[in-house]
Amino acid sequence: MRPTDRLALANIWVAVLAFGVAAAMAVMQAISRANLELPFRSSRMYYMSVTAHGVLMALVFTTFFIMALGYVTADKENGKLQLPRVGWAAFGLATTGVVLAAWAILTFKASVLYTFYPPLQAHPAFYIGLTLVVVGSWLWVLEMVLSWRAARKARADRPVSLAMHGTAANAILWAFCTLGVAAEMLFLLIPWSLGLVKTVDPLLARMLFWFFGHPLVYFWVLPAYVLWYTLLPKEAGGKLFSEPLGRMVFVLFLIFSTPVGFHHQFQDPGISANWKLLHTFFTMIISFPSLVTAFTVCASIEVAGRLRGGQGLFGWIRRLPWGNPFVAASLLAMLLFLVGGFGGAINAAYMLNSVVHNTAWIHGHFHLTVGSAVALTFMGGAYYFVPRLSGRRLELVPLARIQPYLWFLGMLLFALPNHFTGLMGMPRRIFSTDYAGAAQAQAWEAITSLTAIGGIVLFVSAALFVQVMLVTLLMGQKEPQPPIAWAEPLGEPAGGYKAGLWDRLGFWFVIAVVLVLIAYGYPLWDHFQMERFGSPGFKPF
Amino acid sequence: MNVDLYEKIWMYGTGGMLALFFGSTAVSAVGKQFQPPSHVETINPARALSDPRFARRGVWQDDQGGVHVTVVGMMFVWLPDHVTVPAETPVTFHLTSTDVTHGYQIVRTNGQTMVIPGYVSQLTTQFAPGEYLIACNEYCGLGHHAMAGRLTVVPAAEWTGPGMAAPAPAEGGDHAAH
Repeated sequence: MRPTDRLALANIWVAVLAFGVAAAMAVMQAISRANLELPFRSSRMYYMSVTAHGVLMALVFTTFFIMALGYVTADKENGKLQLPRVGWAAFGLATTGVVLAAWAILTFKASVLYTFYPPLQAHPAFYIGLTLVVVGSWLWVLEMVLSWRAARKARADRPVSLAMHGTAANAILWAFCTLGVAAEMLFLLIPWSLGLVKTVDPLLARMLFWFFGHPLVYFWVLPAYVLWYTLLPKEAGGKLFSEPLGRMVFVLFLIFSTPVGFHHQFQDPGISANWKLLHTFFTMIISFPSLVTAFTVCASIEVAGRLRGGQGLFGWIRRLPWGNPFVAASLLAMLLFLVGGFGGAINAAYMLNSVVHNTAWIHGHFHLTVGSAVALTFMGGAYYFVPRLSGRRLELVPLARIQPYLWFLGMLLFALPNHFTGLMGMPRRIFSTDYAGAAQAQAWEAITSLTAIGGIVLFVSAALFVQVMLVTLLMGQKEPQPPIAWAEPLGEPAGGYKAGLWDRLGFWFVIAVVLVLIAYGYPLWDHFQMERFGSPGFKPF
Repeated sequence: MNVDLYEKIWMYGTGGMLALFFGSTAVSAVGKQFQPPSHVETINPARALSDPRFARRGVWQDDQGGVHVTVVGMMFVWLPDHVTVPAETPVTFHLTSTDVTHGYQIVRTNGQTMVIPGYVSQLTTQFAPGEYLIACNEYCGLGHHAMAGRLTVVPAAEWTGPGMAAPAPAEGGDHAAH
């Protein structure tokens, strides 16, 4: 095994284990939706499980998988990592952080949900642990940026691969947006949870959290886009339709991902309407690169279907390799993302948000985006990368083949009904939907049972994934595996593309900083001018 | 950069759609003043229940006859937990929290706001006659799902009027800056 492969696999191990625990936690919530009376079912257990599920899925599974993918991409670009030891330091720091945070959560000391809004106060180990994960990821960012620079230098007037370009843009975006959550942790929550300061300003904490919280979703999505652009066309048997536009897409995300956070705070007091409106406009712009991606990726897989002999308007769809676990997972993830994208436009709408904010609609929405577009693509990616990194063949292939379809079915049953109960006013994150028999709450009941069934189907799918991973990693037959290969661009000019404006990530980063200074600089400065009253901590869990 | 014709059409179409979104949002936000609750005012959460703005809670009317409701959220109740207001009449809610962050959500309406300790939320909307569940939609602890209230909306002609006098003006504690 090559050294980089070992590092990538170590990160994938943590991702898979976190995913397994998080999926088990989700069963607790499915049972709550079905209103089954079981001895271990309690409100305390429920809110702990929501916290564990959110933190382990959204922050741990994603981050570790993305770091693994980054190492693989950088190594393929340059034949080595620039700072392999720093990669292991990143892994050590982040894993220590996960252990600390998981201990605090699973021992009921941190049932503050993954948004950890103060004045709910968790055990200091929770905040310190999550901060270590972020600090570890900064070391990963360093490796990504150095690898990108080394590749740029080595190729003179040729651009780096699209995979490296997207990965580097994502790493820079991540380094920038995590400054918000790091400031929240280091200046507000950690000193406050240790008792060094008495109070925090809950609204300031929310502003810093969402400075990080929305770019966080692009940090999850961009690696899935990298796989859709650079791996999916190849695995489906075709070519990448439009390489140069792919470069533009990743740059647009780098620029516009951060100055949008107030669209998570539309219903908050203390932030004036005009700034919320400005963030709304930036939010609309950020849908543009996703819509371009939708075209390019669909065109690329159509090329694949036609190269495989597909005829007619839709005949190429049937010719796609639906039995290839990575291809099936990616295509199904994209279908679910289509629905999730429409929902996202509604969430971000300045007025419509009042109807859906903090209702079941929201978790319905983000299970289609991060829970499907991202998680399902990553699971498919794991089926592709783990054998190539470990030199062991993928085991239990029939299970890997049906797993994405089960996820798709489970997600339809889970996410769509949640959109409906959300529109009917059901709040998110509630242990019981009973509300003392209120008529409006009773209208939700039949629909919530559907989400419970969806949750169980998703759990079965998750269990299959973990099983395939563990059997492959521990007992897989050792045999030579094909190399990792990115898709070739369609219609590439002789001698390849020249590096252009979209390849100048340093320049675009400066633009991103300027936009964020406009969108956040004045509101934060204005916020500090008010007479503010902090809050002591509360631990009602 | 050489861009395929179909891709160009797609990108212009997408741009046009976004321009439509921009326009409709700008017209309704600026022209009609449709805005999410964005009141800027602070309050000491430890003394919220004795603050003149929240010492008495319930339904009241201002000099012009406008209908207002003053509510305090705390783990795990809304004070008051039942209010009656007239239908098809703009009602302004004034809310704050004494402990953690809550969310005041009048189910199946567009009436909702976050209720953050240290801040005063304001929300204006109107309702059709009926009984509405008021839920807490921001996790506030183990009793979160039990934190609920009722809103009764009666036809304006049948409304029996406010339950209390208007609260005293705030004593220099009003920090509405915008």
